[in-house]
Amino acid sequence: MHSIPKHLPTAKVASTSRGRSAQEDPWWVRWTLISLSVLVLIVLVILPVTNVFYHAFSNGFGAYWKNLTGDPATLHAIQLTLFVVPIAVFANVIFGVAAAWAITRFRFPGRTILTTIIDLPFAISPVVAGLMFVLLFGARGYFGPWLQQHDVKILNAWPAIVLATTFVTLPFVARELIPVMEAIGSEEEIAAISLGANGWQTFWRVTIPNIKWGLLYGVILCNARAMGEFGAVYVVCGRIIGKTETMPIRVNTLFEGGTAASYASSFAVASLLTMLALVTLFIKIALEHKTQADLKEAAKITQAE
Amino acid sequence: MSIIVKNLSKQFGNFKALDDVSLEVPSGSLLALLGPSGSGKTTLLRIIAGLENADSGQVRYENEDVTQQSPKDREVGFVFQHYALFRHMTVFENVAFGMRVRHRPKAEINDRVHELLHLVRLEGLHQRYPSQLSGGQRQRVALARALAVKPRMLLLDEPFGALDAKVRQELRQWLRQLHDEIHLTTVFVTHDQEEAFEVADRVVVMNKGHIEQSGTPQEVFDHPATPFVMDFLGNVNVFHGRVENGMAMMGALNIAYPDYPHAESRNATAYVRPHELDIGHAPFGTSSLKARVMQVNPAGSVAKVRVFSEEFGLALNVDLNLERYAELKLKPDDVVYVAARRVRVFMPPSADYSI
Repeated sequence: MHSIPKHLPTAKVASTSRGRSAQEDPWWVRWTLISLSVLVLIVLVILPVTNVFYHAFSNGFGAYWKNLTGDPATLHAIQLTLFVVPIAVFANVIFGVAAAWAITRFRFPGRTILTTIIDLPFAISPVVAGLMFVLLFGARGYFGPWLQQHDVKILNAWPAIVLATTFVTLPFVARELIPVMEAIGSEEEIAAISLGANGWQTFWRVTIPNIKWGLLYGVILCNARAMGEFGAVYVVCGRIIGKTETMPIRVNTLFEGGTAASYASSFAVASLLTMLALVTLFIKIALEHKTQADLKEAAKITQAE
Repeated sequence: MSIIVKNLSKQFGNFKALDDVSLEVPSGSLLALLGPSGSGKTTLLRIIAGLENADSGQVRYENEDVTQQSPKDREVGFVFQHYALFRHMTVFENVAFGMRVRHRPKAEINDRVHELLHLVRLEGLHQRYPSQLSGGQRQRVALARALAVKPRMLLLDEPFGALDAKVRQELRQWLRQLHDEIHLTTVFVTHDQEEAFEVADRVVVMNKGHIEQSGTPQEVFDHPATPFVMDFLGNVNVFHGRVENGMAMMGALNIAYPDYPHAESRNATAYVRPHELDIGHAPFGTSSLKARVMQVNPAGSVAKVRVFSEEFGLALNVDLNLERYAELKLKPDDVVYVAARRVRVFMPPSADYSI
């Protein structure tokens, strides 16, 4: 029905009862595999990431700060991202909770299809996603003329950026919540209602506390992806400097600016995005433990029965 | 508060869970819905609680029609088979939940929770989480939680099904005691006939979405209304034979059956419980069945003897009291005679026998 996220406990796969000798490969196999993975990680991940910080801070912290705050266009890009992302994340939370609720609590025709469609934005290239909005809202798009007549600006403005960002991040929250809500089941909610709680009280007092870690996990991943989204935003935002540039777009513009100063600024903004990624990574690790504990608890309770 | 159920039907896809079921639960009684899985007993309980909607029919509490009422407004205490405790709340908060959502004052909640924890003998555990409790303790928390809102009735879905035998035994005696103290109209679902007979005032036996029989445990056990009830309530020996002229002829066993005085011979089935059969070394008058002893097991409160009639290809279970067993000194391969002290004859509906 849906693929299982990798942080789910895979209790039955790894069996410790299997003899150690059967699992232990010759020393050279182990060393080759370990060195290979470490090498790839160093070349493809650690070096480039460190390099971003190296370039960003190569002229000292003062220059770094000036690169970030000195240019009004860069500042505006940061502000725009901080404005767009919360809206997109909020929309995703609403959609994610509603979709997960519908899929795990109701039985209706097309339920499995809905689960598949939720994953679609993951499969579609962000550029194509952007183009889809251009086809809808562009000057020659379906709603373009009508929008122009009524003086509503979507394309090349923040609404399009919000739409594109929401679209590419749509599956994050729902996909985190569906397995959690499925594992927990609806019995506690039914119990709450039989005790006189209304739907709202049941949701806030029973459902939300049970899914909070999974929900937060989805929000964190969604947030990171939303801040970093480039392709779809690139197509719909029009890239008007100081107006419709988000942080990733600004990084690109500065990088292509050609001067040494713009180059340095580009790395300064990039370092911000990288820091966000690192913070996300740490929160993610912490939350993984929490959601895993929740799922284990759910499994334990069902097992005990 | 009495519960009146009228002509309830419920279908899940092609499966008829309830088929025109009517039932009355007298106020203050403790009633067991007994039946195998798929008999509709849990569906009936959930419809009474409002957790499920009937396709047709009516549910009344006393004189109030609650068929269309939401479970939230029915003021029913429901205890789930798998407890359904709120896992992120302490025992205290679990019990307090129903009062919290009704915005009761703090002091009242505090008093009531402690009173209930005392009632279910869980004082001192109010700070624990459900995961830190044993199965029996969880079930008692669930009960306290259901009682906290002063429900009009208590409905329990297989309340002891998930517990091990010893805890189950203790809890059902305790439930009976509790009921004698608080006199709340109570309905519980079970598939365990022993549990139903031990705890309930009235037993309702269900099968395939309808009620087979209802009555006191004594009535149901002594006078099973249908072959199903007979079969469901423990071990039986089944004889196939015929009835005619006020006699039932089951192989070599001829038993008077005045309920069928007609001359026309009809197929019938006779049911005899193991303790209603007797064994002797000599024939019992004209009506006894010659058989050979296959197995003897005197361990327990009765001696369980298994005999086989070669003539009719029929294996029978006989329970003898230990005195009788000592008197007979049975060994495997002894040839003996079996007689029935009591049989129950059921005739298939008349349309059937023409096959």
